[in-house]
Amino acid sequence: MKRPAKAPYRPELETAKRRRRIVTPEGIALDFVVASRGSRAGAVMIDLILIGTAMLVSTLLLILLLFGALQVPENLIENGEGPAARALQFCAVLWIVAMFLFRNAYFLFFELRPRGATPGKRLAGIRIAARNGGQLTAEAVIARNLTRDIELFLPALFLMQAGMSGSDMGAATLAGAAWLTVILAIPIANRDHLRAGDIVSGSWVVEAPRSRLATVLATGPASHSGRSEVSGAQFRFGEAELAVYGEYELQVLERVLRDNSRENMVAVTETICRKVGWEPGRGDERAFLEAYYTQLRARLEKGMRFGKRKADKHAGDG
Amino acid sequence: MSPLARWFGKTPEPVLAVEQAALRSDRFRLEREADWKRLEDIVTRMEKGRLSRLSDDDILALPVLYRTVASSLAVARETSLDAATLAYLESLAQRAWFLVYGPRVGLWGWLKRFLGGEWGRAVRGIGPDILIALAAMIAGTLVGWLLVSADPEWYGALIPDGLSDVRRPGADAETLRRTLYGDQGKSGLGLFAAALFNNNAQVSILAFALGFAFAIPSLLLLVHNMATLGAMLWLFGRAGLLPDLVAWLMIHGTTELFAILLAGAAGIHVGRAIAFPGEAATLDAAASAGRRAAQVMAGVVLMLIIAAILEGFFRQLVQDPVGRVAIGSFMLVFWIGYLFVWRRGRLDRA
Repeated sequence: MKRPAKAPYRPELETAKRRRRIVTPEGIALDFVVASRGSRAGAVMIDLILIGTAMLVSTLLLILLLFGALQVPENLIENGEGPAARALQFCAVLWIVAMFLFRNAYFLFFELRPRGATPGKRLAGIRIAARNGGQLTAEAVIARNLTRDIELFLPALFLMQAGMSGSDMGAATLAGAAWLTVILAIPIANRDHLRAGDIVSGSWVVEAPRSRLATVLATGPASHSGRSEVSGAQFRFGEAELAVYGEYELQVLERVLRDNSRENMVAVTETICRKVGWEPGRGDERAFLEAYYTQLRARLEKGMRFGKRKADKHAGDG
Repeated sequence: MSPLARWFGKTPEPVLAVEQAALRSDRFRLEREADWKRLEDIVTRMEKGRLSRLSDDDILALPVLYRTVASSLAVARETSLDAATLAYLESLAQRAWFLVYGPRVGLWGWLKRFLGGEWGRAVRGIGPDILIALAAMIAGTLVGWLLVSADPEWYGALIPDGLSDVRRPGADAETLRRTLYGDQGKSGLGLFAAALFNNNAQVSILAFALGFAFAIPSLLLLVHNMATLGAMLWLFGRAGLLPDLVAWLMIHGTTELFAILLAGAAGIHVGRAIAFPGEAATLDAAASAGRRAAQVMAGVVLMLIIAAILEGFFRQLVQDPVGRVAIGSFMLVFWIGYLFVWRRGRLDRA
């Protein structure tokens, strides 16, 4: 018994598993690609490094200012008396609270901006969005980031305390480790890679769309009349010669034409000629491919208008 | 052509006449390209945060152009096989959608709205959960008191080591009194307050976070935490120092216990929504409860900061029990008034 042929490799299928169709309130279907776990982990690491650096630098500057420039005695905080010590201690408290607020405000500030992404997320090419296609409210952004504190910083604090107290593995440390395990398991366990903060806020993280409008391909004389300006040859393909390929091959051909690499064009021209039984000419591959592209697309688009689509060369003719 | 030239701005590209296109779907694209480019330009500028450079016309045009592009996308999906154009339209429609349905306010705008009534509204929205949390806290205090009065051995089990230095059963009244008054002075009182802030923030964040497990751990945590208080009350009550302890606790406790109450209630709110989602899907119910609970929690963080300042500074500065009670009562009245009584008419009628 013959085994079914292996499905051809399609680059766009890599993201197919993460593609989700969302219908907006106007009834428009948009295709989002859920961000991969790797890019999300990378983004949060970049953000943590940025936050850590900012905290470190500001703290060092503060210490330099206090003990370097102002010559404040170093033991004042520990056992000082009087208004100077009080003021210094007040500074220390403000610093602790400010650092707490800073790491929270960092995420809130950037995710509430129109880009919906922290610097780390921007570098990773991802952003946040509302899961139901509706409004992403400020409350949702607050919710997903307050939960981040619980998911990320709290277990880290537990573990740090455990590290400081040395061998004493208390119940709190075990609870922290268990909590961390559960938190890490949530994004792995669901197919949209939601973390707990996404669940409670109704948000998710998707790949940020970015693409420029490419030029129109089918404009040259070869597209209109099938005539090559280089050799004067006339390329006109019959129904049978166009029917061998489908939409997938058309897109490959589009990429080859946009890349405009001579080597590839020669190879593709030879392949097409072999397939349709032509003798490949030399020197005007681009005109040949443009003509074939335009006529194949015209044929397939005409079929589309009549509700007939041909996905690739293996598919039947609609 | 002149508006076109403006839209293309920095990168002038050859604009093709519609007739130059050989294919019908390319003609469709060339006819609408100007609108797409204009939307792209507006979206790009908005993403960069340069709202001030956008004219009113552009802002008004955004939703219209968004719909235009969305309908172009719908048509192109059915008629065009130009993968590059489809990808462009897809991404442009998404980018515009992000802006049209993005958060309407920045961090400062949200903070203003939050303090100007939204916080109170969120707190009132979880009213039943606050009652549940309050009941758990009162029960916890009673349990703590009753357990220790039945068997003083319980004291050691309930009170964490850090607090039970000299405050243990059998300590004489004078020792206990010294813990309530005077500078504890080991380290700076400010740092002491900050450490307490971290501790209390952890308890309340934990009370909220544990709500995910159907609210039961939240309730247990509230009961356990308040049992500690009950045990302390019993200890000082036996030494005849109950009013002094209450005054000592009240100065920051009204704010802090209020914050822990709200945090626990927020956790219960989320847990309840997950356990009993009602008509909605579980994830949707969790999301809507989570958004409300998060507002409450943002407020809880603020309250804990205030409590830490009260505890670290005013408790050491104000040594008179009457003054302590006065500050504590004032804070309690303030929070109740601010969160439950004061409301912005416009928001609440909506």
